[in-house]
Amino acid sequence: MSGAGLAGSEELLAEQDVQQGSGRQLLQRFLKHRLALTSLIVLLLLMIVCFGADWVAPYPQGQQDLLLGPTPPSAEHLLGTDELGRDFLSEILYAGRISLAIGLFVALLSTLVGTTLGALAGYLGGWVGELLMRITDLFLIVPAIALLAVIVQGLGPSPVTIVFALTALGWTYIARVVRAQVLSLREKDFIDAARGIGASNLRIIIAHLLPNLAGVLAVGMSLAVASAIIAESTLSFLGFGVQSPQTSWGSMLSQAAGYVGTPQVYLLYFPGLFILVTVLAVNFIGDGLRDALDPQGKHL
Amino acid sequence: MSTDILLEVEHLSIAFPTATGLARTVEDVSFMLREGETLGIVGESGSGKSMTAMAIMGILPSTAVVTGSIRFRGRELVGLSDDELRDVRGRQIAIVFQDALTALNPVMTVGDQLIEAVRVHRPDLSVEQRRARAIELLTLVGIPSPEQRMARYPHEFSGGMRQRVMIGMSIANEPDLLIADEPTTALDVTVQAQILDVLREVQARTGTTVMLITHDLGVVAGTADRVLVMYAGGVVESAPVEPLFYETAHPYTAGLLASLPRLDRRSRDERLFQIPGQPPVSTAWPPGCRFAPRCRYAVAGRCDVAVPPAVEVGDRHVAACVRVGEWQVEAR
Repeated sequence: MSGAGLAGSEELLAEQDVQQGSGRQLLQRFLKHRLALTSLIVLLLLMIVCFGADWVAPYPQGQQDLLLGPTPPSAEHLLGTDELGRDFLSEILYAGRISLAIGLFVALLSTLVGTTLGALAGYLGGWVGELLMRITDLFLIVPAIALLAVIVQGLGPSPVTIVFALTALGWTYIARVVRAQVLSLREKDFIDAARGIGASNLRIIIAHLLPNLAGVLAVGMSLAVASAIIAESTLSFLGFGVQSPQTSWGSMLSQAAGYVGTPQVYLLYFPGLFILVTVLAVNFIGDGLRDALDPQGKHL
Repeated sequence: MSTDILLEVEHLSIAFPTATGLARTVEDVSFMLREGETLGIVGESGSGKSMTAMAIMGILPSTAVVTGSIRFRGRELVGLSDDELRDVRGRQIAIVFQDALTALNPVMTVGDQLIEAVRVHRPDLSVEQRRARAIELLTLVGIPSPEQRMARYPHEFSGGMRQRVMIGMSIANEPDLLIADEPTTALDVTVQAQILDVLREVQARTGTTVMLITHDLGVVAGTADRVLVMYAGGVVESAPVEPLFYETAHPYTAGLLASLPRLDRRSRDERLFQIPGQPPVSTAWPPGCRFAPRCRYAVAGRCDVAVPPAVEVGDRHVAACVRVGEWQVEAR
């Protein structure tokens, strides 16, 4: 054994320069990802100013100044005012609460549902897997916006029903991706090895499959946030979503749509800009997370 | 004699339905293992040796059709539920796979994987005790500074170190039977010798029985007490190591031995011997002796009629060849 031990320490020396992995290392890798870090700061700032709108917003929600009417951006009203003289920046911050909350909740819920069903379908296979996948196929061919409109109208439009409806449609994407990953992971030797040490199916799914899916889930979830915010905006834009007096970025877009071709067209740009920035930030964070979660650091 | 039999495999057959017909990967394999011995199973790719190992572990794909009997300490394993088998796996029978890079979870630290192996069968141990056991295992398989290495991922280890970790995981619960499925195939020759040393050391310390699957007769010669030679899903010869090498009773074994590179061959230009032809496919075995189409001693009408029965040719030495005794004369 002494000979083997000696050779072992040489191997150890040769490996000294490889990066090591731990929770702290994961954080370090994420922090090295400049774009993701910037995006995280931007998203956090957005969340703080939107969810803290009661304290941050320069004017209370819905405060009108009918005599003022629509004005372009100025020192007093950074993003101008709408036709009722409401401060547009304040309105956007208040609306952002609903847009962001819907985006995050839908992403969380659909990732949870999609991952569970996708992992089961992939790992168990057989008729269970087939059935689950045919259901996701069904969701693919159904016109999503029409179905969403029907569900939300049926349940009565409120942020909660919108979250429910978007989750009902949104889980299928993640379920497909997770199933595909699990199908390939299932054939890996380390799954056989885990069975070989006597690990249960549940343990294999939770301890061996899910951590290997972390990168995929990070990307899937960020896409889900983005698409939920966009879907909510679309619904609200069409008038099926958030109803007055509540507002979201989508419903603000809808209200501003009438200003196309008038000097107040900036009222259309600002909510759109907030949607764009949020969606981009979330996507970049997803990329950064995926890279940080890969212990081999292939993407760096 | 029967008291010290650890594993008894009888008439084991494994088949997979495929698009081109039923693949009979293993057919009518019988052998047994005594406590404390090392059995080498030799055969080329597709001979069914790994499938036999996976059948013993009960980790074959769900499409596999398994018939026959696998008795471990007298307990029948074929037909047990997954729950019942889980108790056997890892605790009574453990397996070391060929390629430790793919057999270790890439996103889990080596320490966590060792701790998991301990934890699955020892939920009674505290977190600290499990960790201590994991470090002890790393030390046992000769990994330097085990405590620091616990937090490392598999890709940060060299091939030999990874295989040591695999062996450490497999012996976490001191199994009675350790199946090593080509444990050195993916390694450099120098590291191979170290890994075999580790296996031997582990066996000496724990007294575990080892089933060593390999395609390398050299590995078997230095490690095993007894050898099983498999060809095309069946056992062609079974013997203690020395008789297998010096009193070879099956032409396939003879072919394998002749194709080993030797330092004492007559001239440098002499070509390495190779057995002509290719092994048959498991969806269509040839009739009779499955080695007959490649065998230079095969006789029409005798070798291609029925699968030859195992003939006893010496003490614990059995060969499945109808021309045992005749072909050796012809060979001279």
